[in-house]
Amino acid sequence: MKVSDICSNKDFKLLTKDFEDREISKPFCCDLLSIAMGKAPAGSCWVTVMANANTLAVATLTDVSCIVIAEGISFDDALIDKANEEDIIVFSTSLPVYDAAAIVGAGL
Amino acid sequence: MPDVMELVYEVSNEDFTRAGEASSDVKRKLKKLGIPSDVIRRVSIALYEGEINMVIHAYGGKVTVTISEEAITMVLADKGPGIPDIDKAMEAGYSTAPDNVRNLGFGAGMGLPNMKKNSDEMNIETQIGVGTTVTMTVKL
Repeated sequence: MKVSDICSNKDFKLLTKDFEDREISKPFCCDLLSIAMGKAPAGSCWVTVMANANTLAVATLTDVSCIVIAEGISFDDALIDKANEEDIIVFSTSLPVYDAAAIVGAGL
Repeated sequence: MPDVMELVYEVSNEDFTRAGEASSDVKRKLKKLGIPSDVIRRVSIALYEGEINMVIHAYGGKVTVTISEEAITMVLADKGPGIPDIDKAMEAGYSTAPDNVRNLGFGAGMGLPNMKKNSDEMNIETQIGVGTTVTMTVKL
């Protein structure tokens, strides 16, 4: 499954700009940035409800393929701008964390 | 590339949105130098955890990264309160981080263990009321 495949699912909305497509290695769920920092696999699709500037920093450093902000948690414009600057792909969904990750996992 | 490259960063106090600037910049530079991606990931994670620690516990500080042909060495020096019990601080899950930090998703007591896990060597020098210097090396 590639990141672009997420775009074709109506439950997910792309918040950031057009991107260079990339393979997703697996879904990864975690809200504690301290844990995500050590455990998020490179290339994974990181599903979380933690939406702040540090989420973006952790995403960059762990080299995840994209972030999915679940549960309809808002992701403000300043964060979207920062994500675009750093070439981080961010989706939002109203689905719970597990359901979102299960959809990504099923596509792999 | 010169034999040794040195990068120096100031980590500001209590500014969580800026924490990570040093590690992001180091990551970009290592990528340009063609360093293997697993090494870059380990350096980035170890350094970011260190930066976050400096913001949470030590009112900021100074990061010096030295890149040679053999290794990447990171020295994180602060003038914070010092670590009273290093063994305890190294325990996964032990944390003295305040609630505002935990609300941001940090402070789970994984910082120092993550730093150790991602570096080949880690040394902590600390003095109560004077400061702490953490030195981490990732071999190339």
